[in-house]
Amino acid sequence: MAEATSTGKGVRTRPTSPHLQVWRWHVTMAASILTRATGIALYGGAVIAAVWFAALMVGPDAYGPVMILLGSWVGKVVMFGLTFSVFYHLAAGLRHLVWDAGAGFNPHTANMTAVGAIAFALVATIVVWALAIQTGAVR
Amino acid sequence: MVQFTLPRNSKITKGKHFPAPAGAKKVKTFKIYRYDPETGANPRWDTFDVAVDQCGPMVLDAILHIKNTMDPSLAFRRSCREGVCGSCAMNIGGRNTLACTHAWDEVPGDAVQISPLPQMPVLKDLIPDLTLFFAQYSSIEPWLHTDTPMPQKEWTQSPKDRAKLDGLYECILCACCTTSCPSYWWNGEKYLGPAALLQAYRWLVDSRDEAIGDRLDDLEDPFKLYRCHTIMNCAQVCPKGLNPAKAIAGIKRMLVERVV
Repeated sequence: MAEATSTGKGVRTRPTSPHLQVWRWHVTMAASILTRATGIALYGGAVIAAVWFAALMVGPDAYGPVMILLGSWVGKVVMFGLTFSVFYHLAAGLRHLVWDAGAGFNPHTANMTAVGAIAFALVATIVVWALAIQTGAVR
Repeated sequence: MVQFTLPRNSKITKGKHFPAPAGAKKVKTFKIYRYDPETGANPRWDTFDVAVDQCGPMVLDAILHIKNTMDPSLAFRRSCREGVCGSCAMNIGGRNTLACTHAWDEVPGDAVQISPLPQMPVLKDLIPDLTLFFAQYSSIEPWLHTDTPMPQKEWTQSPKDRAKLDGLYECILCACCTTSCPSYWWNGEKYLGPAALLQAYRWLVDSRDEAIGDRLDDLEDPFKLYRCHTIMNCAQVCPKGLNPAKAIAGIKRMLVERVV
């Protein structure tokens, strides 16, 4: 690429124009950063799952405390967030799959699929937790 | 490098207030980003109470009115005043658009807030330094590449092939899309950005061009092309209604297709 420095030597550094400070967000922009955020959360979720499996392997002395921790209100909040992350990341992944196939780029369509992905994740999370509470899996 | 806040020298301070002239019938407040390179002071937000009954409907009409009647030092780029030159691209009400084709009464909020195109070095007031933007455009070699000898008359193209350039050739290089892209904000020195990539695609799908392989080789790079995460800001703001996100997906597809 050609030389493209914006400030020469001896020139006072120019200010950077405001970006996030002024931007009026689009729902697609929120959906994008939410994909990244839930992806990072799922890395944490993978660690939690690994700890759970390890405790299961070690035996009741380890499994008991882990389940107490996961069953505490902090644990429940984390698990609820992870449930949302799984469903949202799934929906966002499908959105990307459709894009990779060459469809869904119209801004209006992209806005609708963004809202759809968020709505799906919220509803699916609530349904899963309602079922879990109803069946006694979560108390 | 991801930088969510503005560097120290770019923090915006409160600026001057210019009241409306006596007898103004309809007043609208414009909050405008100001930076004077000759003072070395930080940028500031100046507010202008504009007698909008005395100016035209577009944001450009209003800022020309400000320059003519309230503060002649206000600096901005403009030329055609009809959306074909791309000079007056700026951030208006939190979105990038052309001041000449955007009506001030359609800007949400009490005051019409105007700042330069985002995350760019500012030369003065609303004028960003677009050197990098144009260098990136030139890096995709936006001209016809051919190996076959020059034809007797001209390089011909069927109407069907010509139609493939619709939605691509209309780009006026105003930089609204590129400077709307968070990926470009964080990686602008390595990622080519929506405008340059839309133009790259414009030459890739040109039936007369004979350098598809070289063009794709040049773009196959984790940063130049693949920093596009389909955030879609580009397509949301393009004042010509073009869709750089779709064009970038087209390039990605061509890269996949040549290996499968």
